[in-house]
Amino acid sequence: MYVIVVGGGKVGYYLTKELLAAGHELVLLEKDRERAKQIADEVGSIVLARDGCEGQHLAEAGANRAAIVAAVTGDDEDNLVVCQMAKHHFDVPRTIARVNNPRNEALFRHLGVDEIISPTRMALAAIEQDIPVHELLHLAQLEGGELELLEAQIGEESPAIGRKPTDIILPDGCSLFVLIRGEQAQPIKPETVFQSGDKVLAISRTECEMDLHRQLIGTTSLS
Amino acid sequence: MRTIIVGCGRVGAGLAGLLAAAGDEVTVIDLRTDSFDKLPEGFRGNAVRGDGTDEDVLRRLGAEGADRFFALTEGDNRNILAAQLAAETFSVPNIVAKVNDPVRATAYASLGIATVCRTRMMVESLGAYVGLPADGGAMRVLPRTGHHAGPHSSSKGSTVTSSTVTSSTVTTAASGGTWSEDQH
Repeated sequence: MYVIVVGGGKVGYYLTKELLAAGHELVLLEKDRERAKQIADEVGSIVLARDGCEGQHLAEAGANRAAIVAAVTGDDEDNLVVCQMAKHHFDVPRTIARVNNPRNEALFRHLGVDEIISPTRMALAAIEQDIPVHELLHLAQLEGGELELLEAQIGEESPAIGRKPTDIILPDGCSLFVLIRGEQAQPIKPETVFQSGDKVLAISRTECEMDLHRQLIGTTSLS
Repeated sequence: MRTIIVGCGRVGAGLAGLLAAAGDEVTVIDLRTDSFDKLPEGFRGNAVRGDGTDEDVLRRLGAEGADRFFALTEGDNRNILAAQLAAETFSVPNIVAKVNDPVRATAYASLGIATVCRTRMMVESLGAYVGLPADGGAMRVLPRTGHHAGPHSSSKGSTVTSSTVTSSTVTTAASGGTWSEDQH
């Protein structure tokens, strides 16, 4: 499979080495000449000292026959432009962007980036799982990020306490399906009554998260 | 008219001064406060330090409901990102991004973002100076010839933009959504 990697920082460098070791055909574009030369000295002549944001340079790298373009520079805006150029100019089937600002994830998806790699989001998820806070925990992204699997902890402040699922009005595209109580998982039934200490697993459309938060956790800050 | 200008370089500062003097409510954003020294004396508008490619910053500055949005930083890609945020997340009707790479300027015009390209302008203007024919096309904003992906509601914004909003075109040009790459 022919892969173009854009950005020869730490991520691009290790990605290149791993892909080569796995036997893929690839080219790395790194616009800084010194850095490009440094990597080329180690991995050979597959490094081009070129700016992957420029259509001409992507063309030179053979973007029209690439199966994947992975934009992994440290700058979100550069990664977006690389992916959009690859997608719309060269019909690359799969584009991958590294995104640092989590707020950019939804926009980038909307603009045609196929896959988002978010180090910030990953670190956040790891931290959230270790520190139980009365917030929504992001357990997994489904359907390319359209849906999220979330865990809500019903704290003492929760407006859901003493209520049944049927009393809780949730937006479309949002459903509660498993209750964890006393380390036992059980399906949520119409007669279930929520109590403090419960954990609720929910699947939600990304944009419904605020509503879910309000209904199950209360009006604490959700930045 | 409410106008947001991202990037207070010579162009951003000049345009901010011009529009504020004409009675627009202007907000200009730059990462560096010393950039605001370029604003004309007596500038009647807001000058805010911040990252104009950050959704939260733009929301705080009232991008939602702005009439015009100009992305005029020194970075083509920063301008492209800011302009697409303005279009997709905030549904600003009139948006122009400064894109100095002629290829990208054409490319993004066909993706629905009107662009202005200094490189084309100078080449055409210098060509005209030495007597070459010029139609003045490069002197204008390169209108959008395609459509952007459509309004995009932010995942966490409390106010969700209406899904029926469509932006009006900056100028009247439409030659389909083809991705032309004519380099003048």
